[in-house]
Amino acid sequence: MNLPEIIKFVIDLIAVLLLALGIKGLSKVKSARDANRLAAFAMSLSVIGLLSYYLGTSGIAIQSWIWIIIGTIIGSLFGAILAKRVPMTSMPETVALFNGCGGMSSLLVALGVAIFPISNSLENLDFFKSLINEVSISVSIFVGAITFTGSIVAMAKLQGWLSTPRWTQSKVRHFVNIVFAVASLIAILDLINGNTSSIWLLVVVSSLLGIGVTLPIGGADMPVVISLLNSYSGIAAAAAGFVVDSQLLIVAGAMVGAAGLILTQVMCKGMNRSLVSVLFGGSLSAQSKVSSGSGEYTNITSCSVEECALTLEAANKVIIVPGYGLAVAQAQHTLREVTKKLEQNGIEVVYAIHPVAGRMPGHMNVLLAEADVPYEQLKEMDIVNPDFPATDVVLVLGANDVVNPQAKNDSSSPLYGMPVLDVQEARTVFVIKRGMSAGYSGIKNDLFDLPNTSMVFGDAKKVLNDLIGELKDLGVGDK
Amino acid sequence: MSFINLLWVLLLGSLLGLELIGKVPPTLHTPLMSGANAISGITMLAALTLIVKAEGNVPLLIIGSVSLGFALFNVVGGFFVTDRMLAMFSRKPSNKK
Repeated sequence: MNLPEIIKFVIDLIAVLLLALGIKGLSKVKSARDANRLAAFAMSLSVIGLLSYYLGTSGIAIQSWIWIIIGTIIGSLFGAILAKRVPMTSMPETVALFNGCGGMSSLLVALGVAIFPISNSLENLDFFKSLINEVSISVSIFVGAITFTGSIVAMAKLQGWLSTPRWTQSKVRHFVNIVFAVASLIAILDLINGNTSSIWLLVVVSSLLGIGVTLPIGGADMPVVISLLNSYSGIAAAAAGFVVDSQLLIVAGAMVGAAGLILTQVMCKGMNRSLVSVLFGGSLSAQSKVSSGSGEYTNITSCSVEECALTLEAANKVIIVPGYGLAVAQAQHTLREVTKKLEQNGIEVVYAIHPVAGRMPGHMNVLLAEADVPYEQLKEMDIVNPDFPATDVVLVLGANDVVNPQAKNDSSSPLYGMPVLDVQEARTVFVIKRGMSAGYSGIKNDLFDLPNTSMVFGDAKKVLNDLIGELKDLGVGDK
Repeated sequence: MSFINLLWVLLLGSLLGLELIGKVPPTLHTPLMSGANAISGITMLAALTLIVKAEGNVPLLIIGSVSLGFALFNVVGGFFVTDRMLAMFSRKPSNKK
C-alpha cells in the first residue's frame, strides 16, 4: 500500500464507523438530530477521501473537475431547495422522489461503465471484462431502474397525479410483470454473454417492471412500497460498489438495504398486511368492495360544535386520535390551541398515535411536533389502549381505519386482525370528519354507528377553530 | 480487493444494518427512513470515480455528471429534510420549560 491508499483506507474506515454511529443515533429521539449531521459529515468525509486518493495517484483532469462541479452544484441546489420548501404533509412523496434519484444514479454509473469500459483503470486491466463485473452492472441497472420508476410512480400516486388504472387490478398484471421479469433475465444473461447492446433492453424492461409492480398498489400501502424501494436503493448502491470496486459503497448500501427491509417489516405489521399481499394483492379497496358488501350506516348521531365543547369542558381526561385528515387540513396547530385551552382547565390531554397514523410510521409524530405538542403527550397504541375505558372524551380527527372496531369483532372484515385503537371503550367519542366517506381501506367504520359516538361534520381546521371559539365562550382556558 | 472479500464486506454490512435498526421507536421511523435514504446516495462516490476515470471521454463525463447530480440531490435533500423533521423534536424540551 502506498500513502494515498493508506490515507483513503483510514478515511473510509472512519466514514463507515461514523455512518454506523449515525444510523444508530437516529434510533433515539435525543441523539437523532446530531446523528443525522454526523452521517452527513461522514458522507462529506468519504468524498474528500476519494478525491484526495485520486489527487495523490492519477491526478484529476481539469475537465473532470468541471463536470464534478457542474453535477455537484445542480444536484445539491435542487435537493436543498426542495428539502426547504416541501410541506411536512408531503414527506412520504418527497422521500420517494429522493429515493428514486438515488436509484437513477446507480443505474447511470453502471450504464456508463458498461458502454465505455474504462480500459486504463489503475487497479486492474481486465477487471471490467470479468463475469463478476457484468453481473454487478446488471444488478445495478436492474435494481436501479426498478427503484427509479417505482419511486416516481409511488410519488405520483401519493400526489394524486396518478390513479390506479382499472386493468392493473385484473390478473393480467401478473402476466405482464412476469413477461417484464423474464425479459430482464434474458437481457442480463445476454449481457453476461458479452452482448453489450442488450443493456438497453435491460434498462427498458426493468423500468417497465418497476412501473408495472408499483402501479396496482393502492394508496394505503404506498408507505410500505416506499420503504421497500428505499431498501432497493441501498442494494443498488451496493451493486454499484461492486462495479467500481468500492468497499465503502458496499457497506453503506448494505446497511441501508437491511435497514429498509426491517422498516418495511414493521410497517406491514402495523397495517396487518403481509409483504406478499402488499406487492401482489393489488389495491385493498378494490378487494373489499367484492368481499364485504360495505353496508349502510343505520345509527349515525351528528352533533354541533357547541355540544362537543360542552362535553369537553366537563371532561377529566381527553384522548386525541389524529389521522391523516388532520394533516391534510393542516390543522395540527389549531388542534394544539384547543388542547392548550383544555390543559389550562386542568383536563388531562393525551394523543394516541397509531403505528401507521398519517401515511408512514412516525409521520404523525413529526406533524404534531411541528405544532409544538410536547413529546411526552404522544402515546403509542399499546400504552394508550388500556386507558380508553377511563377516558371521558375521545376526539377522532381525520382518522378512520385505525379506530374501526371491525378489526377486532368482525372476522369477515378485510381489516380483521389489524391492531386498532379501542376508542369505543371511552364514554363519549367525537369523530370530526368531512363526510361519511370511507378511509383508505374503503371499508365501513362500525364505530360511527355506536351509541356513544357522535359525528361532527366539517373540515378539521374549521371545526377546531369553532371549537376554540366555543371554549372561549365557556370560559375554558382563560387565565 | 478480491471479489470474495467484497462479498464479506456485503455480508457484514447487511448484518450491521439489521443490528443497528432493530430497536427504533415508531416515532423515528420517518426520519430514519429519510436519513437512511440520504445515505443510499453514497453512489455519488461511484459517479465521482466514473468522472475521474473518464479521461476526456465526453459522453462518459456527462453520464457521470448527471449521475453525480442525481446522487447529490438525494444526499443533500435527504439530510436537509431529515434535519427539518428532527429539529421539531429537539426544539421541544428547551422551548417548553
